[in-house]
Amino acid sequence: MNISIKAALMVSAFALASPALAAGTHPTTGEALADDQSFTYRVLDEHSSVDPQIVEDVSGSEIVRDLFEGLYSQDNQGVLVPGVALSHTTNEDKTVYTFTLRDNATWSDGKPVTAGDFVYAWRRLADPATASQYQWYMEVMAIANAGPVMAGDMPTSELGVKAIDDHTLEVTLSTSLPYFHLTTTHSSTFPTPAWAIEEHGADWTKPANIVSNGAYVLTEHVPNERSVRSRNEAYWNNDATILDTVTALVINDENVALQRYFAGELDRTEIPTGQYPDLSVSNPDETTVFPRLCSYYYMFNMRPDGPAAMQDLNVRKALSYAVNRDIITENVLQGGQTAAYTFTPGATANFSVPDVDYAGMSQDERNAAAVEMMAAAGYDASNPLDLTLIYNTSEGHKKIAIAVSQMWKQTLGVNVTLENQEWKTFLQTRSNGDYQVARGGWCGDYNEASTFLDLVQSGSGYNDSKYNSPAVDELLASAKTMDDPQANYTAIEEAIAADMPLIPIYHYAGNYMIATSLKNWPVDNVEQNWYSRNLYKVAE
Amino acid sequence: MLNFIIRRVAIAVPTLLILLVASFWLMQTAPGGPFTSERPLPQQVLDNINAKYGLDDPLPVQLWNYLVGIVTEFDFGPSYKYKDRTVNDIIAQGFPVTLKYGTISFLVAIVTGCTLGVAAAIRQNTALDYFAVGVTIGAQVLPNFVMAPILIMIFTVWLGILPGGGWHGGEWPYLIMPVIALSTSFMASIARLTRSAMLEVLRSNFIRTARAKGLPDRTIILRHAIKPAMLPVISYLGPAFVGMVTGSFIIDSIFGTGGVGYFYVNSALNRDYAVMMGLTILLGSMTIMFNMVVDILYAWIDPKIRL
Repeated sequence: MNISIKAALMVSAFALASPALAAGTHPTTGEALADDQSFTYRVLDEHSSVDPQIVEDVSGSEIVRDLFEGLYSQDNQGVLVPGVALSHTTNEDKTVYTFTLRDNATWSDGKPVTAGDFVYAWRRLADPATASQYQWYMEVMAIANAGPVMAGDMPTSELGVKAIDDHTLEVTLSTSLPYFHLTTTHSSTFPTPAWAIEEHGADWTKPANIVSNGAYVLTEHVPNERSVRSRNEAYWNNDATILDTVTALVINDENVALQRYFAGELDRTEIPTGQYPDLSVSNPDETTVFPRLCSYYYMFNMRPDGPAAMQDLNVRKALSYAVNRDIITENVLQGGQTAAYTFTPGATANFSVPDVDYAGMSQDERNAAAVEMMAAAGYDASNPLDLTLIYNTSEGHKKIAIAVSQMWKQTLGVNVTLENQEWKTFLQTRSNGDYQVARGGWCGDYNEASTFLDLVQSGSGYNDSKYNSPAVDELLASAKTMDDPQANYTAIEEAIAADMPLIPIYHYAGNYMIATSLKNWPVDNVEQNWYSRNLYKVAE
Repeated sequence: MLNFIIRRVAIAVPTLLILLVASFWLMQTAPGGPFTSERPLPQQVLDNINAKYGLDDPLPVQLWNYLVGIVTEFDFGPSYKYKDRTVNDIIAQGFPVTLKYGTISFLVAIVTGCTLGVAAAIRQNTALDYFAVGVTIGAQVLPNFVMAPILIMIFTVWLGILPGGGWHGGEWPYLIMPVIALSTSFMASIARLTRSAMLEVLRSNFIRTARAKGLPDRTIILRHAIKPAMLPVISYLGPAFVGMVTGSFIIDSIFGTGGVGYFYVNSALNRDYAVMMGLTILLGSMTIMFNMVVDILYAWIDPKIRL
């Protein structure tokens, strides 16, 4: 009996190895596949570009990951898997990385993908004339000479990347970087076809002109309406691709998107804030919730010439302690978000959340401690603290700001003025240091704690608190070259809890409606780097 | 008449120039810039970008280069946000969309609005009048950002007969809901204007004379009453037409039609300077042009204006 089942499975596995049976069963899971392998999802806004070196937004990167393939990709857990590169070796001190590329990768026009295409793309990214907003990524990657090349002081040929031969790429770094290979899944590092760019200029990304090396090619693009990508027949692993077409529809209004999902026009959409509890009851098979690599926080303005109250450690700690995170996550957001007492989310790879002191207290204990600290700072009922909290205009931020201001008022008697500002005005106000407390949100650029903790580095352009701790700077600097920097990260998180330059409030969660026929969505990939070639639709 | 037209055109050109300079200046004074983001760019990267787009020149130089580009090459500049596209691309793609659903909405609004208004006025204080007034008030108080999702709820989710959004080159199933949502409030305004103007005209002396002369109702209304009753409506139609064909942020963002209405609002939020300028020029020149057309129509209908 068992043997015959096994035999049957083997037969079907053999049958599936031939691409002619597109609408059959899944080669590994054996599920019956739908005849129509097309996936349609909603995007909030039109993508900025599909040029790997130019793209700067999430929805654009999602398309670029389908159209192009870099050195490495990620699997459903976010673990590196070979892309164009099969493997790599490094020298002793991890300053030179040598990648071996597969020899069967081809561009959609049939040309082979070579190490030279990567050299071209990386030089293009660093070239001041390209004026890419992601130029700085070359410095995150610590490519040798990235700084002078970006400044135009050196020709791009001096950049630390070269093709040893067609299938060997050598990268020289300016410093030892143990996690360098992890940075190669970023879309700005994907290869680009020099010949197509030279022929068409900025128009090379139009569907008629584009040449790409990923599992899909761009076949249609109606700005602000839709973009369609279809199976790339020239892709080296095309036989394993199941979805034939992938369509991104631009729908600005999330509630309308949800209606269109229910009308069957979409296979995936975001769940609007506050609707998760109801939908998870009415449509339990379709709602999905998973942790994201993002933190929501309030920052204090710690500039020496800034507001005096914010210089006072007691005030900062009292305000942080008095925020009841559980009310925010369970009563305001209700979408699977988790309370945050550290800045780095627990979902970050190779990072274990340190036990910072106030995380272990009950909210009553925290409130009691907060009241004491506020009194020590010299504020009481006759002399209450007046605060202004700014946030960018949005219903969600408003709800949280109202909840937090009430907690501060009730526990500490603080009078809070809420002020919302239009996005760019808000960013300007915040970076000018023209505030007391401001809302912040941060998503990791890569799956490593430093993408969060760099924010508290004194010289960082992202450090709008202007928190300045030489000890933390020192820990951050030495963590860069460590094989296991966990001890440093623990110390930094403890320093944040002790100095409280910011109030961690919650860690984000992704909330999707996903059609029951769509399978293999990588909910465990905290960066949400998904690849359409891994998705498939089952027959219903 | 020719003199009148020349005079109007002569005023239009400086008006457009003033509009252009004022919006350029206003836009630059708004806080932040196209490349302000949550992740502030390193100075070197920002310098490279500014150099590429000429944003490091003094403002008058930028304005001058911009104008020269338009006049000599009809080039309205690049989009700083949608880097694959130029402003010309965005207008070429989005304007036909809004022009199509806008024009159809405009025609629907005029035909239904005028019919309702005239019918209500002729049968004043009858059930028909109350019905028409009721419909127009209802249509006017129901904003389109409320109506559009309701339409989708009914026609897409419940009945399943219309697509919930998209454009598809403007095939008719994709047009119906945007047209209803966009035309309703305009239709209501036109109906109310027509009704009150018509009532006033029907009470005037020359209509009484016509009736005394024994002309049939049909002739009185079609030949004598409608033309003067249309004057206030026509002055409303110019701006209404421009308002509709230049698209609506609400329609574009709810139905995902891809028109310029969405780009216009978003370009301001994104500080996408060139896109915003380009669309301001488009909208501004259309407003000026259609106001001019209305003035000319007015003068043609009512000879007193020409004096």
